[in-house]
Amino acid sequence: MNLFAQALAWVFDPANWAGPDGLGIRLAEHLGYTALILAISAVVGIPLGYLVGHTGRGRNLVVLLSGAARALPSLGLVTLLALWLGLGLPAPVIAMVVLALPPILAGGYAGVDAVPRTVTDAAKAQGMSPLQVLTKVEAPLGLGLLMGGVRSATLQVVSTVMLAAYVSAGGLGRPLFLGLKTQDYPMMLGASLVTIALALALDVVLAGLQRWFARRGR
Amino acid sequence: MQWILANGQLLLQRTLEHLSLALPAVVLALLLSLPLGWLAARFSASRWLLVSGTGLLYAIPSLPLFVMLPAILGTGLRSPINVVAALTLYGVALMVRSVSDALRAVDPTVLDAAKAQGMGGWRLTFGVQLPLAIPALTAGWRVVAVSTVSLVTVSGVLGLPSLGLLFVDGFQRGITEEIVAGLVLTVVLAVLLDQLISLLGRLLAPWARRAVAA
Repeated sequence: MNLFAQALAWVFDPANWAGPDGLGIRLAEHLGYTALILAISAVVGIPLGYLVGHTGRGRNLVVLLSGAARALPSLGLVTLLALWLGLGLPAPVIAMVVLALPPILAGGYAGVDAVPRTVTDAAKAQGMSPLQVLTKVEAPLGLGLLMGGVRSATLQVVSTVMLAAYVSAGGLGRPLFLGLKTQDYPMMLGASLVTIALALALDVVLAGLQRWFARRGR
Repeated sequence: MQWILANGQLLLQRTLEHLSLALPAVVLALLLSLPLGWLAARFSASRWLLVSGTGLLYAIPSLPLFVMLPAILGTGLRSPINVVAALTLYGVALMVRSVSDALRAVDPTVLDAAKAQGMGGWRLTFGVQLPLAIPALTAGWRVVAVSTVSLVTVSGVLGLPSLGLLFVDGFQRGITEEIVAGLVLTVVLAVLLDQLISLLGRLLAPWARRAVAA
């Protein structure tokens, strides 16, 4: 427990939060990367997922992709792209979009697919166009399941941004790898505790949103 | 390709090291999840606690968990026990819910019929409920196996030998083939284990012709 005390002392030392290498910047970078990657994945994944759910085409591909994303090791993807594209941000961002896309795609698809046929038929019978059925009926009703997909994508990204520091990107992985290199365990543990707190906080917020949307969609 | 052909021995060694971390975690996760999942299925008060508790556990990023566990367990940062423990926790986090769902999904009329025949207690659980849940349990265990095989690689950045070390070494020395070989082997290992468990499930529950969707 003494190790935790040392790590917490490191975390709560204001000196470690200030400056261009401080925890404040690293935390902001971590959140910034996560937001950027989720935004890219959502812009691509949600419309595609809706399209698959609405037309019923490509269903097997979505299932296959979400299975493949689970088997694909994130560290391998990050290091491979870093060798090809060079150090810095582009490689980890592309790697993480590849990992975040399948759950969001699957969430969008599942949300639309779970709407009962009778409901979409009723909407059509009222004279709604296919686009209206999608945007006014299927999409709102599927928001809960979509948020579930966004939630698993977020967990995946927050976790993988840690590894991005290994290929010289920023984020909370920076102090962790610095601690590893300099054999400073309290620093490693401190950085880990901050990341765990961030991940849990994001998960609780997203779980709340997921439940709220699911209730509204009922 | 040249590199891969010249380093077959190393690739085999890393694959075996990978399995020695992944397999104990996959088996332990099942053994721990069965009683926990049963508890969650049996008592609704414990269900909320177990399912949301293990769900939260799954939200913990892998590298920070690998770093944090030594401070709790007293193991070294590069100890295989540390990695197996972390992977087992993730497996349990994924599996408790699916065990609970699998047991609860067993048709209640079948259970009533068994009770009417005089079965009860442990005979009902082990003789009727558990076997009937096998297809759904298999589906849950496959997910655990695949994600565990993939997660092992993260321990490579700490210096533990597994297929993940191929990524670390390949990146540091700039050998693309080494990273590609690691990626392909990890995915192949995951798929093989997945198919093996699926086969096992079909052997144990031959009546379930169609696999339950994961």
